[in-house]
Amino acid sequence: MTTREATAPRGASAAPPRRRGDRLAAILVWAVATLVAGVLLWIVLDLLRHGLVHLGHAFLLEAPRDAGRAGGIAPVLATTGLILAVTLAVAVPLGLASAILLSEFIRRGSAFAQFVRRSLEVLAGVPSIVFGLFGNALFVHYFGMGYSVAAGGLTLACMVLPLFVRASEEALRAVPDDYRRAAAGLGLTRFAAVRSVLLPVALPGILVALVLSVGRALAEAAALLFTSGYVMRMPESLADSGRTLAIHVYELAMNVPGGEGNAYATAIVLLGLLLLINLGTALIGRHVLVRTGE
Amino acid sequence: METEPPLERAEAFRPWHTPSPREDCCPARRPILRALDVTVSYGGTTALRNVSLGINRGCITAIVGPSGCGKSTFLMSLNRMTDLVGSASVIGDIRLDEQPVLGDAVDLLALRRRVGLIAQRPNPFPLSIRRNMTFPLREHGVRDRARQTEIMEECLHRVGLWTEVRDRLDRPALGLSGGQQQRLCLARALALEPEVLLLDEPCSALDPMASAIIEGLIEELRGRYTIVIVTHNLAQARRIADDMALFWATDGVGTLVEAGTAEQLFTRPCEALTRAYVSGMRG
Repeated sequence: MTTREATAPRGASAAPPRRRGDRLAAILVWAVATLVAGVLLWIVLDLLRHGLVHLGHAFLLEAPRDAGRAGGIAPVLATTGLILAVTLAVAVPLGLASAILLSEFIRRGSAFAQFVRRSLEVLAGVPSIVFGLFGNALFVHYFGMGYSVAAGGLTLACMVLPLFVRASEEALRAVPDDYRRAAAGLGLTRFAAVRSVLLPVALPGILVALVLSVGRALAEAAALLFTSGYVMRMPESLADSGRTLAIHVYELAMNVPGGEGNAYATAIVLLGLLLLINLGTALIGRHVLVRTGE
Repeated sequence: METEPPLERAEAFRPWHTPSPREDCCPARRPILRALDVTVSYGGTTALRNVSLGINRGCITAIVGPSGCGKSTFLMSLNRMTDLVGSASVIGDIRLDEQPVLGDAVDLLALRRRVGLIAQRPNPFPLSIRRNMTFPLREHGVRDRARQTEIMEECLHRVGLWTEVRDRLDRPALGLSGGQQQRLCLARALALEPEVLLLDEPCSALDPMASAIIEGLIEELRGRYTIVIVTHNLAQARRIADDMALFWATDGVGTLVEAGTAEQLFTRPCEALTRAYVSGMRG
């Protein structure tokens, strides 16, 4: 008999049904949460068990040898960084502009706003392989970029844009209207209010949107197979083809017998990168909060 | 001495009749702002009907009345803050120095610079104290840093905040107390050199001490600025107001009951409702 049952009122042989239901629900919630955390832990441990032996600073700095079975991932890291840079350079300004337009300049219920929002929702649900096909047709062939870092980055930009716009828009909308009224009352333009007040206040939320987008872009393989290609050389310009970490993992695991070890090691690097970006953004977000005094 | 109308008359009073201006109730002063037959509605629901009121230059005009009688709505319409409410529509005529306030051709930024607004809840930007003061200045064309600092210092002095904040100008404005924040908002508005200041119950979110400081400041601004203050606090209106207007709500629609000098409304009101309100029997 547990202590709780022991202290139950006299005459009650067990906990009342309502309390029992409560406890059951609590156990269920805990079990599910543990399961989720457990799965994540399992994945990480599995990666570490298989990949850690191959990992070292040489792995990050060397070029791959023997189709990636040996050597490191330096060019792959460089390609990933370049593609990500192209993606963000395109997606962030476009996305921020759209988010600002949607949240500050168009009435929420207007037909145009509805249309843009619906479009973004549809785009956000499109499978990445479809973005890959689209990027292949538009950037690789129509614009004649060929399989290149630029084509891959632009394709990824199209893919993360809806996600980034929606999350940034929500961040802007969450800024209290008091600030908008204060700015209007001082005869400031809406643009000035956005630039100097709303954007800084919404920055933590926008950074979260950025992390989500970077995460999605980093994890992407399907959309890049047709656009940036899977050449393993160190890219010399944006016009060069190259493979990202995710594609490297895919290639090593599926198409290179004996490449599993390095596939695991690359996956650890990918996971580590995501973790780092998450952490860095959280730190920046906190710094902004301190500065604005909230 | 006038005979007191019996209270029954006050009960039977129909406030949707705009009081006819009488010579002794509405003396001809020099209005800077003039509202004529202003009706404001939000999405088809009328909040304020047929208000005609002149705001005299350099005076403190207190707008009093019970909650929901359209005082704030009227105030907002004076510098077109009603535009921020998507569904609001203002009809009638409002003139600032004979220039129209309503209409699409009006430069809202210039209008709001001339007619500033202090909100009920202090609303400094979540920036540093310095940026709160300098950012609106910069947007209004004062680009010179030294000039910005000069104006900032002067305005913070005028609201009695300088000695309290001079060592922490680069700290967040939201770290100030409520009363300090409201004074910062006042300083921020003064920095733009408005002609008219609209104050929407500026003390209602503050403790009595902070409230007294703000009240003192408002009195100091008399003459140099035209001030319109919405207040629930009759004692405050009596202390500081030159002119006064009583608004009243009937079936949710606000109207102007009586306007005149504060002294008149308190001592010789023309309307029974005013008499009842200022003596605390109604509202």
